[in-house]
Amino acid sequence: MKRILSILIENKPGALARVVGLFHQRGYNIETLNVGPVFDGTYSRMTVTTRGSENDVEQITKQINKIIDVIKVSDLTEGEHHEYEFILIKFNKFKQTIKIQKILKPLHGKMLEKNKDVIVMSAFGPSSNIEAAIKSIGKTNLLEISRSGSLGLHEGEKILKI
Amino acid sequence: MKLSGGDLLMRALKDEGVKFIFGYPGGAALHIYDSIFRQKAFEHILVRHEQGATHAADGYSRATGKPGVALVTSGPGATNAITGLATAYMDSVPLVVISGQVQSHLIGTDSFQETDMIGISRPIVKHSFMVQEAKDIPRIIQEAFHIATTGRPGPVVIDIPKDKTDPSKLFEYKRATNISLRSYQPRVLPHPGQIKKASKNILSAERPVIYAGGGVILGNAHKELFALNKLLKVPVTNTLMGLGSYPANNKYFMGMLGMHGTYQANMAMHNADVIIAIGARFDDRITNTPSMFAPNARIVHIDVDPASISKIINADIPIVGQVRESLAALIKEIKRSKIKIDFEAVESWNAQIAQWKAKHGLDHELYLKKTKSKMIVPQVVVQELYQVTNGNAYVTSDVGQHQMFVAQYYHFNKPRRWINSGGLGTMGFGLPAAMGVKFAFPNQEVVCVTGEGSIQMCIQELSTCLQYNLPIKIININNEALGMVRQWQDMNYGGRHSASTYSDSLPDFVKLAQSYGHVGMKVTKQSQLRKTLDKAFAMKDRLVFVDVYVDPNEHVYPMLVAPNGSMQDMWIKKNTKA
Repeated sequence: MKRILSILIENKPGALARVVGLFHQRGYNIETLNVGPVFDGTYSRMTVTTRGSENDVEQITKQINKIIDVIKVSDLTEGEHHEYEFILIKFNKFKQTIKIQKILKPLHGKMLEKNKDVIVMSAFGPSSNIEAAIKSIGKTNLLEISRSGSLGLHEGEKILKI
Repeated sequence: MKLSGGDLLMRALKDEGVKFIFGYPGGAALHIYDSIFRQKAFEHILVRHEQGATHAADGYSRATGKPGVALVTSGPGATNAITGLATAYMDSVPLVVISGQVQSHLIGTDSFQETDMIGISRPIVKHSFMVQEAKDIPRIIQEAFHIATTGRPGPVVIDIPKDKTDPSKLFEYKRATNISLRSYQPRVLPHPGQIKKASKNILSAERPVIYAGGGVILGNAHKELFALNKLLKVPVTNTLMGLGSYPANNKYFMGMLGMHGTYQANMAMHNADVIIAIGARFDDRITNTPSMFAPNARIVHIDVDPASISKIINADIPIVGQVRESLAALIKEIKRSKIKIDFEAVESWNAQIAQWKAKHGLDHELYLKKTKSKMIVPQVVVQELYQVTNGNAYVTSDVGQHQMFVAQYYHFNKPRRWINSGGLGTMGFGLPAAMGVKFAFPNQEVVCVTGEGSIQMCIQELSTCLQYNLPIKIININNEALGMVRQWQDMNYGGRHSASTYSDSLPDFVKLAQSYGHVGMKVTKQSQLRKTLDKAFAMKDRLVFVDVYVDPNEHVYPMLVAPNGSMQDMWIKKNTKA
């Protein structure tokens, strides 16, 4: 089952590598990874998606928590949550433009660049919709895709803070 | 007064109460070594290989409970320290390992003796620091010692680029009054509700077992463990790392459990209705096949590390907290409880265990028996050693059959007397670890029980022992083969001894010891064993290397049947299952 882990981590050199390395050491895979400093910038928020059973995720959560630089870990998938992903795509099959625009419309598709060589568009939305959109555009129609990986927050009042 | 980075380091180590640093100099550590030369707070011990430095610091820590400190240079110095770090990590030993690093501006340029120590050591340290500013050195040292010694202890690496210890750059020394890290708040006190639940479960048990591990020793909780069982009077078993946490001569003690545990300990675990796991982690050398583990037991699991709980075996009552505080709370709750344990049921359970022991228990009096064979039986070496040292020695070991024989036959009545590499299983650990113990306790008997395979992995430390006059006793149980490998090859590979023998190329250990300035003795006959040991131990001020040739065909039993076996499935002797 897919899991979304939100991790607050000290914004220190090497801290990210400790978390990423741990997945490999303990035999788990990272599907997507997003990280950036938040609030005062002394710490970052990471969002990691992975797959595993309840036991797997309990174990990986505990192990991540043991990393000295990790301040907090939360499994968003335990409750209601928002999960969004942002993408940038580049293509040069101009005949497909209308089709692609139509697919990306419910995902806030926006033209960022359009010239005689290429078109660059952005979009965002729930990860599963993004996945579906990329699939229906078709790999062969795209030159490049850049994905942010999942971003997530708990629904409602529940927050992850220091 | 302002100090250089190197002198800040000295001052910070002094303020941590460091007495010994085990190390080896090199280019990137030279500023630090110059600072060492100019200070008097602690002694630097020059080893002969960085692996020896980390194991010596490790042995010092295991024997004293204080953190061990090692110092190495960059590149090969750092990589040579890796095995020692992994050894300490697996057994949760608090170490602080300081590595020199190339100058900051050279990092990442593949400069001479550069290696990414932080990266290489990442999976085998509790935490690591790279010094970015020299003025941070005192804070980093404080944090490193705090992290290494609290919660579940472990090794911490501090990598210091050479320019951060530059003698011409001076800084103010500042020491924080207390250390608090927002991202690191290990739990000390257990949850009271969980303690109540645990007490209720334990007191309603009819076939309970206490399964105590290294966490009891690391957490200095042996007195609490003993007090708990004064109330309960239930059978106790120890893991390899837990030996000494409960007195081996106590009537409720069943010996070690697991792969080479006693018949009664393994049977008791398999048939228990409540298992009280204390500072133990259900590793694969204990549980055998996890799905077949203790089918009727409810598990109470006390550990400071939440990740150790329900990792392999699901805990019914998890208790996260320091072992000492958790046991103290549990004792209080049991005393207060209106329910009392059913002593009649427990008594008949103890009687059942006595029966198991009588049936297939270890024979602790092999040394008194006359055998037809003139060859020395390795188990007897350990039994005689126990007699000669009155059971009071600090015993270190290497890894393999000899290690298991010590665990089975040397009765440890006190914690921190049995010092071995349990988790990582590091050959070469024994001799340098014994050095660390001897520095801590110069007036105590320190014995390294080893094999002719293991001892050759850190044999160079015999030179260190001469330099610092360390009268350790080395008992080399010599079966002219990698005994445990050979045993597995006998049992699982049709007796094909692939790369496990070298009898035609072993050194003359007597001459080897002598060439390092020590005393060497060789024994090949049972009739001379005791006399030789007596002679060796009478030489109080000399390191004596006793090379004991033993029967190479001896195996370690009991042995759990694997794969697809439970804890009650054991080989009890050659070709015989219980």
